[in-house]
Amino acid sequence: MPIVSNPSSQNETPAPIINLENVSVRYRLPSERIGTLKEYTIRLLQRRVRHRDFWAVHDLSLSINRGEVFGIVGDNGAGKSTLLKVISKVLRPTTGRVRIYGKIAPLLELGAGFHPELSGRENVFLNGALLGYSHEEMTAVFDEVVDFSELSEFIDAPIRTYSSGMYARLGFAVATAHQPEILIVDEILSVGDEAFQRKCTDRITGFRENGATVLMVSHNLGLISEMCDRAAWLDHGKLMKIGTAEEVIEMYREGFQ
Amino acid sequence: MVKFQVVNTQTFSDKKKPLYDSAKRVSPAIAEIREIGNYRHLLAQLVRRDILTRYKRSFLGVAWTMLNPLGTMLVMTFVFSNIFKASMPSVPFPVYILSGLVVWNFFAQGTNASMSGLVWGGNLLQRIFVPRTIFAVSAIGTALVNTVIALVPLVIVMLISKATFSWALLFMPVAILLITCFTLGFGLMISSMAAFFPDVMEMYQILLTAWMYLTPIIYPETIIPERFHLVYRLNPMYWFLRVFRAPIVDQALPSLRDFGIASGIAIVMLIVGWLIFTSKSDEYAYRI
Repeated sequence: MPIVSNPSSQNETPAPIINLENVSVRYRLPSERIGTLKEYTIRLLQRRVRHRDFWAVHDLSLSINRGEVFGIVGDNGAGKSTLLKVISKVLRPTTGRVRIYGKIAPLLELGAGFHPELSGRENVFLNGALLGYSHEEMTAVFDEVVDFSELSEFIDAPIRTYSSGMYARLGFAVATAHQPEILIVDEILSVGDEAFQRKCTDRITGFRENGATVLMVSHNLGLISEMCDRAAWLDHGKLMKIGTAEEVIEMYREGFQ
Repeated sequence: MVKFQVVNTQTFSDKKKPLYDSAKRVSPAIAEIREIGNYRHLLAQLVRRDILTRYKRSFLGVAWTMLNPLGTMLVMTFVFSNIFKASMPSVPFPVYILSGLVVWNFFAQGTNASMSGLVWGGNLLQRIFVPRTIFAVSAIGTALVNTVIALVPLVIVMLISKATFSWALLFMPVAILLITCFTLGFGLMISSMAAFFPDVMEMYQILLTAWMYLTPIIYPETIIPERFHLVYRLNPMYWFLRVFRAPIVDQALPSLRDFGIASGIAIVMLIVGWLIFTSKSDEYAYRI
C-alpha cells in the first residue's frame, strides 16, 4: 500500500491549512467622531474629514498545519481577535494574503446571535443556520445538543430566562455539534463551571483526534499550554514569537528577554 | 485503504485549492448572489424568527398584520370619503384606500426593516462570516409574508363592499413581485447608507411621511392638478400603485406602458441597490 497517499502519514511534510502572508489590518478611525451624515457632509465641504490610521495587525506571516491545535497569546489590544477575524473571513486584510484550505466553524461569542424571545429549541436552529447548517443537519444532532448542554428541562423556555452559564453551554453545544474542519475558539472556555469546562476541552480534544485543526485565543495560559501544540505571541499587532506552546508562554511571561 | 481515502475526501476539503483566498477578488456583487444561495437556510430561519418574535408575546398575534391597515383604512374612509366622493373612481372608497395601503406598508416596512436588520446584524457581522445582504433580503422576505397576510382583509373588504372580482386579479402576484424587487433594491441602498450614518434612519422617517402624501394612496389620482403631473410621474411608487390597483380598481390588466415603466424601475433599482450595497461589502464589519 502506498504510504504517500495516506494523508495522516508522519513522513509527509505538514500541509498548511491556514496560511497568512504579510497580513496587515488597518482600522481607519476618524480623529473626531463623526456620527451623522449631516456632520459628515459639512466636514466634507469644509475639507475637514481626517482619519487616524491604526494598524491592528502588522505584517504578520503565519502558517498553521492541518490537525494542529494552535494557541494565540498576547495582552489586550494585541490584535488577537482581529487576527481571528481575518482568518474567518469577517475582515478582509488591508494588505497581504490569507489562504484557508478548509471549512471554518467559528465559535460564536457566548449567546451572540441568540434571540431572547425565542425558545432554546428555536435558537438551536437559528444559531445553527448562522453557522451554515441546514434545518435537517441540525435536526440530526438536536438531541445530542440538548444532552450536551444539559438543558433538556428548559429547552422550550424563552432564552431570556436563561442564566449566562446556560447561554454559554447552549452556544458551545450548537457550535460544536458537527465535527468541524477548522475550529476557532475565542476565549469561550472561561465560562461555565469546572465540570462543563472539562466537557468542552474533552470535546475539542476529541475533534483533534479526528483530525480537526483548532485555533484558540485565551488569556488562560495554563489552558494554552495544556491543549496546544504550538502557539504565537502577539504584541501590538506584531508577531513576537512562534514556537511550541511552552516556549512561547515562557517568553510571554518574561515579557521581553 | 481505499475506504479510508473516501472518508477523507468527504470530511476534508481539497488541500491544493484554498476554499478562501483573500487575494482572489471575484466581483462582490456576483459573489454575494452565490453566498445568499449557500445561506438559504439562514434566510429561512431569519424570516421565521422575525415573524415568530413579532407575534409571540401579543394576544392577537398574527391578526395585527390584518387589523393594522384595516384600522388606518377605517380612519381614512371616515375622514376623507365625503371630500373625495365626487372624484372617486368606479370602486368603493375603502377598497381604493386599503389597496394603496397594502402596497405602501410593504415598501415602508420592508425598507425600514432592512435598515434595522443590518444595524442589528452588524453585531454578528463582526463576529462570524455571513453574507452581508442577508439581513436586508430576510427583512424583505418578512415584509412579503406580512403583505400576503394583509391581502386577506383586502379581499374581505372587497366582498363586503360588493366590489367586482375580475380575472385580472390573477395578475396580482406579478405586481407584488415588481414591488418586491423595488423594495429590496431601495432597502439595500438605504441600509448601506444607514450603516455608515445612523441619522439616515431618522431622516428616512421624515422622507417616508412626505413621500406617502405625495403618492396617491388615500386620495384619487384625478384630484392631482395638471401642473404637478410631472412630479407624480417621477415618483416610482406612483407606477407600482397603478400596476397593483389596475385589476382591483379598473377590473383590467395594467396598460402595457404602466407595466413596462414599473418593471423597468423595479429591475434598475434592484441592480443599482445590489451594486451599491455589495461595493461596500468589506467595510461593514469595520464600520457598524
